[in-house]
Amino acid sequence: MTNPDAPERVMPDESPPATSRTSAPAPATAAALATPAVQGAKTGRSMSLEGLRAFYGDSQAIMGVDLHYAANEVTAMIGPSGCGKSTVLRCLNRMHEEIPGARAEGKVTLDDLDIYGPGVDVTSVRRAIGMVFQKPNPFPTMSIFDNVAAGLKLAGIKSSDTKEVVERSLRGAGLWDEVKDRLSQPGMGLSGGQQQRLCIARTIAVAPEVILMDEPCSALDPIATLKVEELILELKRDFTIIIVTHNMQQAARVSDTTAFFYLGELIEHAPTEKLFSTPEHPRTEEYVTGKFS
Amino acid sequence: MTAVLTPISSRRRATDRAARGVTLALTLLALVPLFLILYFLLKEGLGAFSMSFFTTDPTGRFLGNAGGIRSAIVGTVIIVGLATVIAVPLGIGVALYLVEYGKQSRFANAVRYFIDVMTGVPSVMFGLFIYIVLVVAQIDGTFAAWKGAIALSLLMLPVVARSSEVVLNLIPNALRESALALGAPRWRMIFRVVLPTALPGLVTGSMLAIARAAGETAPLLFTVAFVNGLSANVGQRMNSLPIQIFNDVSQAQDRLVQRAWGAALTLVLMILFVSLIARLVQRRSRLQP
Repeated sequence: MTNPDAPERVMPDESPPATSRTSAPAPATAAALATPAVQGAKTGRSMSLEGLRAFYGDSQAIMGVDLHYAANEVTAMIGPSGCGKSTVLRCLNRMHEEIPGARAEGKVTLDDLDIYGPGVDVTSVRRAIGMVFQKPNPFPTMSIFDNVAAGLKLAGIKSSDTKEVVERSLRGAGLWDEVKDRLSQPGMGLSGGQQQRLCIARTIAVAPEVILMDEPCSALDPIATLKVEELILELKRDFTIIIVTHNMQQAARVSDTTAFFYLGELIEHAPTEKLFSTPEHPRTEEYVTGKFS
Repeated sequence: MTAVLTPISSRRRATDRAARGVTLALTLLALVPLFLILYFLLKEGLGAFSMSFFTTDPTGRFLGNAGGIRSAIVGTVIIVGLATVIAVPLGIGVALYLVEYGKQSRFANAVRYFIDVMTGVPSVMFGLFIYIVLVVAQIDGTFAAWKGAIALSLLMLPVVARSSEVVLNLIPNALRESALALGAPRWRMIFRVVLPTALPGLVTGSMLAIARAAGETAPLLFTVAFVNGLSANVGQRMNSLPIQIFNDVSQAQDRLVQRAWGAALTLVLMILFVSLIARLVQRRSRLQP
C-alpha cells in the first residue's frame, strides 16, 4: 500500500468513500469516470501530466514532468533503462501506487478529469485507462473465452451479451480467426504473441478510453512483434495509445509523437519524425543516434 | 609449461571415498527406526485385520470378544472433519490477509511471528487449554467431540496459515497487477484470480495439516475422552483411533494390544491416503516452488 504520509492528492485506499472530501468538482469527476464507456464507435480521450513527481519510498524517480498525450494518437515514451518511462506510464492509471511505499504527486488528467482527484474510485480510473504489460500474462486457470470475459467480470460490468463482447474484442485484437475454434481451451496454451494479443483483447473488452502499453513486444519474436505493431496502428482509431518501448525502431514505426526521458525528466517531446531526424536537445540526439543507451 | 590438468591424487580419492561412506552410513542408520516401525506395524497390525475388526465396535470386555475399532474410525473422521471445517477457512483467511493486505506491515509481521510460535506449541498444550476453558468450565457439558475438534483445529491453524501463505506468495505479482489494471476491486481480484490459481496448493497444505492432526492423541485425551460405542453426536464423548490405541496398548491382554497395533496400522493407512491425495493435487498445480 502507499505510504501513509502521502500527500492528500494520493488516495492510498482502493475505494475511498466518495463523500470523504467535498471539494466542488469531485462528484462530477467521480461520476464521469465511473460510467463505463459505450462500446462501439467511439474516440479516445487525451491525457495530460502537470508537474508529475513520483517516488519509491524516499527516492524520487520522476522529477516533475509536464506532457500532453493527444487523443487517438500513439505516443511513445523512450529512454535508457531507469529513466522513469515505465514509472510515468504506471502513474497514468494509478498502478504506481500498488508498489509498497510508492506514491505520486502532481496532476494527471483524462480530458479534464483529475484521476488523482479526491473521491475518485481508483477502479474506475483503471477501467477507463487499460494496461498491457511487458510479459503476456493470461490468467492461468481460465480458458481463452474466460480470459477475455474476465475483464468484464473483474470490473463488475454486467454485460447482456458477453459472447458478443468477447468476439468483438478478439476480432479487435486480430486474434479471432486463430482461436475461434478453441475458445474453451486454456489461454496459456497459446504462443507468446497470441497470449499478448489475448491480453490486448482482455483490455479492450472493458472498453477503455486509453490503452497503456509497457514494452508490449519485448518478450515476443519479430513476427509476433510485427502483428502487435500493426494492431496498435489499428487500435488508435478507437483508443488513445501510450506505449513505453526501449526499441527506437518500434517507436519510429508505430508512434505519432515521441517523448524522450532521461534521469526522471522529460527531455523532449516532438512529432516522431522530427525527434528522430532533427532533435532539439543534444541529449536526445546522442540517444537516438546510439551514442549512449 | 607446468601441468594444468593433473591426475587425481590418491589422497583426494581416499578422502572422497571416506566422505561418501560416512554420509551413506549415517543415512542408513537414520532409516533403521523407520523400517523397524513399518515392520512391526505390518507384522502385528495385519494380524489384527479381519472383516469384523472394521465392522464392530469395542465391547469393553476383558474376556471374550473384545470387538473391533469401527467407532474409533468413525470418530476420528468426524472429529478431524469438524476440525478441518474450522481450521482451513480460518487459516486461508489469515494467509490471504498477510499476503494481500497486511504485507510487510508491523501487524502482519507480528502475526507471522505468533503463527510460528503457535506451530511450536506442544499439542498437549492445546488439549490442556481446551480442557480448562471448555471442559472444566462445563460449557455445554464436560467431554465432547466438538471440544476435541477445536483443540485439533488450533493445532492445524498455524500449519494451514503458513503453508497457504507460501502458496499465495508463489502467485506472480503480474497476475494480480493485470487483474487490478482491468479495474478489478481487490476483493474480486482475490476471489477470481488469486484463489483459483492457488487452489491446488491450498488443498495440499490443508491435507498435510489434516494428516498431522489425525494422529494427535494429546489434544483429544482430556477433551473428547473415550467411549466404546458408535456415536455421531458431537456434543458427547466419542471414540477415536489415537485414544483407542492409547487405551488398548496399556492393557494386559494380548488381544487388546494386538487391537492397538491394528488400529495403529489403520491410522497410518488413513494418513497415507490423505498424503497421497495431497501429492496428486500438488502435481496438478501450475505453481512450482
